[in-house]
Amino acid sequence: MAGVRALGVLSRLTSRKYALFTGNSFRSFSVAPAMLARTHVNYEVKGDVAVIRINDPNSKVNTLSVQMQKEMTEVMGEVWANDAVQSAVLISSKPGCFIAGADINMIQACNSEEEVTKLSQAGQKMFEQVEKSPKPIVAAINGSCLGGGLEFAIACHYRIATKSKKTVLGTPEVMLGLLPGAGGTQRLPKMVGLPGAFDMMLTGRNIRADKAKKMGLIDQLVDPLGPGLKSPEERTIEYLEEIAVECARGISNKKISLHKPKGTMQKIQDYIMSFEFVRNQIYKTVHGKVMKQSKGLYPAPLKIIECVKSGVEQGPVAGYLAESQNFGKLARTSESAALIGLYHGQVACKKNRFGTPQKEVKTLAILGAGLMGAGIAQVTVDKGVHTILKDTAEAGLARGQQQVYKGLNDKTKKRSITSFERDSILSNLTGQLDYSGFEKADMVIEAVFEDLKIKHAVLKEVEAAVSPHCIFASNTSALPIKDIAAASKRPDKVIGMHYFSPVDKMQLLEIITTEQTSKDTTASAVAVGLKQGKVIIVVGDGPGFYTTRCLAPILAEAIRVMQEGSNPKKLDGLTTSFGFPVGAATLIDEVGIDVAAHVAEDLGKAFGERFGGGNVEVLQTMVDLGYKGRKSGKGCYIYQPGLKVKELNSGIDEILEKYKLNPNPAVSSDSDIQYRLISRFVNEALLCLQEGILNSPLEGDVGAVFGLGFPPCLGGPFRYVDSFGADKLVAKMRQFEAVYGSPFTPCQLLLDHANDPSKRFYK
Amino acid sequence: MAMLLNSVRSYPISPARAVQFAARSLSTSSQQHAQAQTKSKKTLARPGVKNIVLVEGVRTPFLMSGTAYADLMPHDLARAALQGLLNKTSIPKDAVDYIIYGTVIQEVKTSNVAREAALGAGFSDKIPAHTVTMACISSNQAMTSAVGLIAAGQCDAVVAGGVEFMSDVPIRHSRKMRKTMLSLNKAKTLGQRLSLIGSIRLAHLSPELPAVAEFSTAETMGHSADRLAAAFGVSRLEQDEFALRSHILAKKAQDEGLLQDVVSFKVPGRDIVSKDNGIRPSSMEQMARLKPAFVKPHGTVTAANSSFLTDGASAVLIMSEEKALAMGYKPKAYLRDFVYVSQDPKDQLLLGPTYATPKVLERAGLTMNDIDVFEFHEAFAGQIMANLKAMDSDWFAQTYMGRKAKVGTPPMEKFNLWGGSLSLGHPFGATGCRLVTTVAHRLQKEGGQFGLVAACAAGGQGHGMVIEAYPQ
Repeated sequence: MAGVRALGVLSRLTSRKYALFTGNSFRSFSVAPAMLARTHVNYEVKGDVAVIRINDPNSKVNTLSVQMQKEMTEVMGEVWANDAVQSAVLISSKPGCFIAGADINMIQACNSEEEVTKLSQAGQKMFEQVEKSPKPIVAAINGSCLGGGLEFAIACHYRIATKSKKTVLGTPEVMLGLLPGAGGTQRLPKMVGLPGAFDMMLTGRNIRADKAKKMGLIDQLVDPLGPGLKSPEERTIEYLEEIAVECARGISNKKISLHKPKGTMQKIQDYIMSFEFVRNQIYKTVHGKVMKQSKGLYPAPLKIIECVKSGVEQGPVAGYLAESQNFGKLARTSESAALIGLYHGQVACKKNRFGTPQKEVKTLAILGAGLMGAGIAQVTVDKGVHTILKDTAEAGLARGQQQVYKGLNDKTKKRSITSFERDSILSNLTGQLDYSGFEKADMVIEAVFEDLKIKHAVLKEVEAAVSPHCIFASNTSALPIKDIAAASKRPDKVIGMHYFSPVDKMQLLEIITTEQTSKDTTASAVAVGLKQGKVIIVVGDGPGFYTTRCLAPILAEAIRVMQEGSNPKKLDGLTTSFGFPVGAATLIDEVGIDVAAHVAEDLGKAFGERFGGGNVEVLQTMVDLGYKGRKSGKGCYIYQPGLKVKELNSGIDEILEKYKLNPNPAVSSDSDIQYRLISRFVNEALLCLQEGILNSPLEGDVGAVFGLGFPPCLGGPFRYVDSFGADKLVAKMRQFEAVYGSPFTPCQLLLDHANDPSKRFYK
Repeated sequence: MAMLLNSVRSYPISPARAVQFAARSLSTSSQQHAQAQTKSKKTLARPGVKNIVLVEGVRTPFLMSGTAYADLMPHDLARAALQGLLNKTSIPKDAVDYIIYGTVIQEVKTSNVAREAALGAGFSDKIPAHTVTMACISSNQAMTSAVGLIAAGQCDAVVAGGVEFMSDVPIRHSRKMRKTMLSLNKAKTLGQRLSLIGSIRLAHLSPELPAVAEFSTAETMGHSADRLAAAFGVSRLEQDEFALRSHILAKKAQDEGLLQDVVSFKVPGRDIVSKDNGIRPSSMEQMARLKPAFVKPHGTVTAANSSFLTDGASAVLIMSEEKALAMGYKPKAYLRDFVYVSQDPKDQLLLGPTYATPKVLERAGLTMNDIDVFEFHEAFAGQIMANLKAMDSDWFAQTYMGRKAKVGTPPMEKFNLWGGSLSLGHPFGATGCRLVTTVAHRLQKEGGQFGLVAACAAGGQGHGMVIEAYPQ
């Protein structure tokens, strides 16, 4: 129940699916240059309109790879040379993808800043030719149009997009620590205005087609079609093409004007924007916002502002130059490497390496309609799975059902689903107080109180009610699964599924297998998690598994820091400025003081002195006084519904005074405190790999970032060891060890890496 | 399809050529007559199943909404249809066992419009009446409910009908305003009342209009029709041609006096209305000039190739065969097998006929070749063309309908020969009875034996019914 409310950069990184770059790495670089037929881009002349079709034969999505660019240049040349052609349509043959972005491997294959800059300049040049094409080019967009794909589309003269849910436009480069490097920073502000362009480029968010039309990013919308004489997907693309061809013809005949009449609002906005001081104010505000959110730890947003500013204030030559140079610089930063690594990790953790389960889970039962249970129901029921939500009390059940309803209703308010879809989804949810219908359940996830006795009782009740194939999953955050499974008649069907709160926002799911858990059970749990849209790490059994185990030492240290006189605000400041999206004190409140105390005690017993640090009594006293964190309204802070600003809880001053420790000035500078916190986290993560709890550093990094809010700009504990240097980290830890003892003793794996600099977690 | 295009293209605009056409069409129908008689002597009568007959069918003239009927109420129209039926059949006012009416957009004051109209039309107050609703197949539902009552032996003579009145629709206060007004009712003190009145904001005052949109998808029907036409690759030209065909055929039928089901209606304070007023044969050039009405700017459904908002009512008298004969009637037709179908309300909203046709034919043990008269409800020209294409596609039948093969397309020379909803008008609740009565009349006129009615309806539903000519 490591509840982390992801904010800021992390939420931007995590809450959106982005397919900027394909995960497909075996791209055909080595294809013989003398290849005759084009494989990626082809065209057909329909009357006087050339229809240029893009289709990468080696991947599910189209990317602007070297091959794609080469063929596109060839085709464009032929189109321009052909006198019979008056205009062109650019369309993808893939259902669900226009162009998902540039090829990431192409960028990563570069060895220097200059090389990446050249790459950017080549893209800029290609799109400039498109923009200046004497024959109008219409981009016909169906599916994702992201990054380089969007830059291509906005270089065209007209854009038509399908209103399909799959059609999204965006510039997600910032989430990979990059910027739109093929003219995007220059064309977007002209197209959607400064505020709109900043919003798109700095958040990287996906924009649906209808919104894009309102913003002026799209000129015309086409409705997706249902079945006809062909499949809906096929016919929709065909229809889009027909309309785009007509439109291209209309533009070349001058029947359709490219000059859009400006509305009054637009004119007013343009007038306001014509003042330099207004623009400067915008740059300043945006810069301030970025600094506040990113704490200056992410270079990409600042560079984006710089590029836009150069283009607008000094003209296109300076703008394009700034864009390509900054793109080169960003591509070589450790932040970009970390974010791209996380992206790869995210892609890898969205696959089921345990194969297809024998039986698909069609009915899922959840025990306990609390925050967690209802959250799990919320992410399950809208995937077409019949979901049973069971609680022991009517009040609890009603609260849980309301939570599910509210989640869906909020979506209807945002218009991402209709109220009819909401109702039809809810019809898949059954709320109940007994075990009726459990014989149909393929999986039961329990989210009841964290107490082994209760878990055992529930397990026995469930096994009496379900059919033998049913899987029992425990959503525990710290109790070892094998201890729970001890009460089971079918321990091969018992597994841990550790969700993070709030379930609908947090992407991570930690699946815990015991030695007895069967492979099919694991495959099934992963399949359910993937269906729920989760990023999944599968870890071994042990106290606290992976995530809770990493969290415990950093929390113990945080308590010690507070005992040494730093108040919660100070502590939060120190952690967020290091890159954590949520400060340590706020995190304790989110997790719940009682849970933290419980975990600290349990893990303290299991691991001994290494988990020491702050006095557990501090937490216990807080719990005794009713300060249980956010859920009780008081913890380190005071939470008042409706109020965003939270005040310090003066009630804890007394407690901290009572347990006051004297800080040792040698290890108590702000920077020291930060390293004390981070080094314990990292050391414990490495221990998990060393002990075989973790399967790979990649999963460790994904788990730490997506589950616990480890600074995304550092890429996770393992990448951090690589980039910071194991030897430097060991040196820091030795310094702290001298004062505090064994909590700071580096583990063997870390020492190995420190002793041999050639050892790295990532090549 | 080529057949349709050709026949439509050769449609004359000049009256001289109209005569030519009429002659041709008559000659084809007499051929069919001969064919029908030689082809099958079979009947769909089954042992142990009651024969149920259509004794008579009438309707008020269908008028574009906002014209001569504008000041009436829905039950007035229904009353006119019922009185017309009474006049035409001279049935005693207490000989009817039950009355059922179909309607779509309800006037809240007369929500059981069947009862209000029956009382107003002078039927005995001892005859129970209820109202049904099933979008554009509401009066089909009224008729089949009647068939059910008779088949079950509960009734022997039932009047079914339908009414729609689009000149006036219930426009409501906003939900917020309604809530305030209802609370105002319950407020006890002046203070409470004043504070409630004070809470009214400008937003409360915006009214709620009924829309011809699906509740489940929020898509208007015209929009869905446009997408459907596009999905089946129906061109604007094909749609305009079909719409023009409908108007030309309707005009011809009107001029030749074939629309015998229409009864004159003296509208209070106005002249006697005795003709449908939406029939307007135009030219392809004029139709081509219209802009798309729903999907802009590239859509193909326009005001000219869609059915228009219509006021009108219809009524039929349905009886068991014995009862009809015992009362001395000469029935017009047997009402045989019928089906209701439903499918995806988003992408297949208007494909009812495609689903209903093979199903009802199968039930009756007939094939497309056995049918002499087709009357399909024309919601949009694009919808009809899409249905025809779907019915002609093996791929569609196999992929979406779970059938082995396509059912085939109705031959155009048997299809909606007296016009259709596009030209005659489409009062939602009343169209079904018009279709059935028209089939009966066409069977009599053309001498065929079997007729097929098919219609689509909002909600992604559809209906099909086989009608057999009564031996003459």
